[in-house]
Amino acid sequence: MSEEQIRSLERQFDERIARDEKIEPKDWMPEKYRKTHIRQMSQHAHSEIVGMLPEGNWISRAPSLRRKVALLAKVQDEAGHGLYLYSATETLGISREEMYEQLHTGKAKYSSIFNYPTISWADMGAVGWLVDGAAIINQVPLCNTSYGPYARAMIRVCKEESFHQRQGFEIMMKLANGSPEQKDMAQDALNRWWWPSLMMLGPTDAESIHTEQSMKWKLKRKSNDDLRQQFIDQTVPQAELIGLTIPDPDLKWNEERQSYDFGEINWDEFWQVVKGHGPMNKHRMKARVGAWEEGAWVRDAAMAHAEKKQERKQKEAV
Amino acid sequence: MKNQNLYNYILGIADNSLILGQRMGELCGHGPSLETDIACTNISLDLFGQVRSYFQYAAKIAGDGRTEDDIAMLRKERDYKNVLLVEQPNTNFAYTLGRQFLFDVYHLAFLKELQKSTDLTLSAIANKCVKEVSYHERFSSDWIKRLGDGTAESKAKMQDAINDLWTYTDELFHQTEADKAMVEEGFGVDVTRLKEAYYTEINQVLEEATLTIPESKYFQKGGKEGIHTEHLGYLLAELQYMQRAYPNMEW
Repeated sequence: MSEEQIRSLERQFDERIARDEKIEPKDWMPEKYRKTHIRQMSQHAHSEIVGMLPEGNWISRAPSLRRKVALLAKVQDEAGHGLYLYSATETLGISREEMYEQLHTGKAKYSSIFNYPTISWADMGAVGWLVDGAAIINQVPLCNTSYGPYARAMIRVCKEESFHQRQGFEIMMKLANGSPEQKDMAQDALNRWWWPSLMMLGPTDAESIHTEQSMKWKLKRKSNDDLRQQFIDQTVPQAELIGLTIPDPDLKWNEERQSYDFGEINWDEFWQVVKGHGPMNKHRMKARVGAWEEGAWVRDAAMAHAEKKQERKQKEAV
Repeated sequence: MKNQNLYNYILGIADNSLILGQRMGELCGHGPSLETDIACTNISLDLFGQVRSYFQYAAKIAGDGRTEDDIAMLRKERDYKNVLLVEQPNTNFAYTLGRQFLFDVYHLAFLKELQKSTDLTLSAIANKCVKEVSYHERFSSDWIKRLGDGTAESKAKMQDAINDLWTYTDELFHQTEADKAMVEEGFGVDVTRLKEAYYTEINQVLEEATLTIPESKYFQKGGKEGIHTEHLGYLLAELQYMQRAYPNMEW
C-alpha cells in the first residue's frame, strides 16, 4: 500500500471515530491504534485477574455466611470480567497465552492498587467502596469508547462494578455503625486505602504520556486530574455520611471551585509501586505465575484428552 | 430441644456442604485456568447457598436465638458432623476434583431421595439443590475422565488422588443415630441403600477415565460423630476467625 493510500485510510478512520462510529475487529485500523488497545485492554484484563487476589485473601475468613457468599460472587465477577476483556483483546490479534506471558514476565502492567495488602475485614469494604469506586470513574467513559468489543465489554463490567461499589460501601457503613472496634477497623482501612485510591487514577496530567492520542480515540474522555477531582468530590460526602474521616488534613471545600482542595499525593510512593517495589508486587506475581505453572499439567491433560476424543470419533466415522 | 434429632440431622447434611464449600473457596484466584477457577468458585457459591438454607432452618428448629452464622461458625470441632472426605485438603487439582467427584455422586443420589422427605422444608431445599449438584457432578466426572485419560502425568496424579481418597468413601453410607431416627420418621434418607448404585457409578466413570478401581477394603470413618482428621482444625480456624476474634457483632 502506498503512503498516500495509508494516509487516506487513516483520514477515513479518524472521520469514523469523529462520527462516533464503532471500530470492529475486521475493520482496517492504524497499527498504533491496535497496539495501544492491546496494551490498555490487556492491562485492564490483568488488573481484574490480579485484583482477585487481595479479595480472595478474605474468602476463607469472611465474618458471616452472607458476606462470604457476596465476596465469592464478587471475586467470581472479576474473573468473568477478566475473561471477557481477554476475549475482547484477542479480537486484535493476540492470544491469551501471549498476554499471560506479558503479565508473568512483567512486560504488561496491572493496576498498582492491587500491590497493597488486605489485612483486615474492613479492607473488603474499602476496596469495594474506594477501589471499585475509582475504577468506575475511569471506566464509565469507556462504555462509549471507539473500539466496539471494548465498549460492549465495558457496559457489562460497569454494571457489575457499581454493584460491587455499593456492596463495599455497605460493608463500611455496617462497620462504621458497629462497635468501637469495628469503627476503628473501618477508619484504619480508609486511612490505608485513601491515598493509593487517588493514585489509581493515574499520574498528574503533566506526567501522563498517553493522554492526547487516547482522547482522540475516545479511550479517554477526561484527564487523570479531572477524574481524580471527580472521585474526591463524590467520595468525601460518603465518608461524612458514615462518620469516617478522610486522612488528609488539607482537604477543604473550595466554594469558588465548587470542589474539594486536597493535599499533596506522594508520587514517589506511586512510582515505587508501579516499578515493582510495592508491598505485594512480588507476592501477587508469584501467586499468578504459580497458579499458571502448577496448572500446566491440567491444561495439557485437557488438551490431550480432547485430541484423543477427536481421534476416536474420526475412527468411528471410518 | 423438641426436635433434637431433626436438628442434628440437618447439621449432618449441611456440614458437608459447609466444609466442602470452604475448601473450594480456598482455590478462588488460584485455579489452573480462568474457566476452572470460575467453575470451582461457582461450586463453592452453590454449596454456601445450600448451607444458608439448611442452617436457617436449623436455627428455626433450635428456636433459642442462635443464627445461621452461630451454627456455622461457633461450634467446637467435635460438633461438626461432616464426613472426613470433604475436609481433605486441596493437595493438587487431582485431589480437589477427586474429592469433588467422590462426594458429588453421593450428594446427588442423596438429594434425589431427600426430595421425597415428608419434611416439606427439607424436600424444598433438596429440590433446589438437585439442579446445582447435577451440574457439579457433570463437571467433576468430566474432569476425572479428562485427567485420567489425558497425559501420563495427569493419569498418575489422578490415580494417586483416587487411591488416597478412596478410604473416605465408605463413611458416606454409615448411619448415625439421628440418621436412623429420621429414616424411621420418614424425614430422612436411608443412606445404606445408596451404596451399591454409588460404587457402580463411580466404577463406570473410573473405567471410562482408564483409571484403576482401588481394591482396598480398609476405610476410615468418624466425621459424622465429630472425630475428624487433623485437617479440620485448621480449616475451622480460618472459618471461625472473625466470629471468635470479634464475638457478638454484626457484619
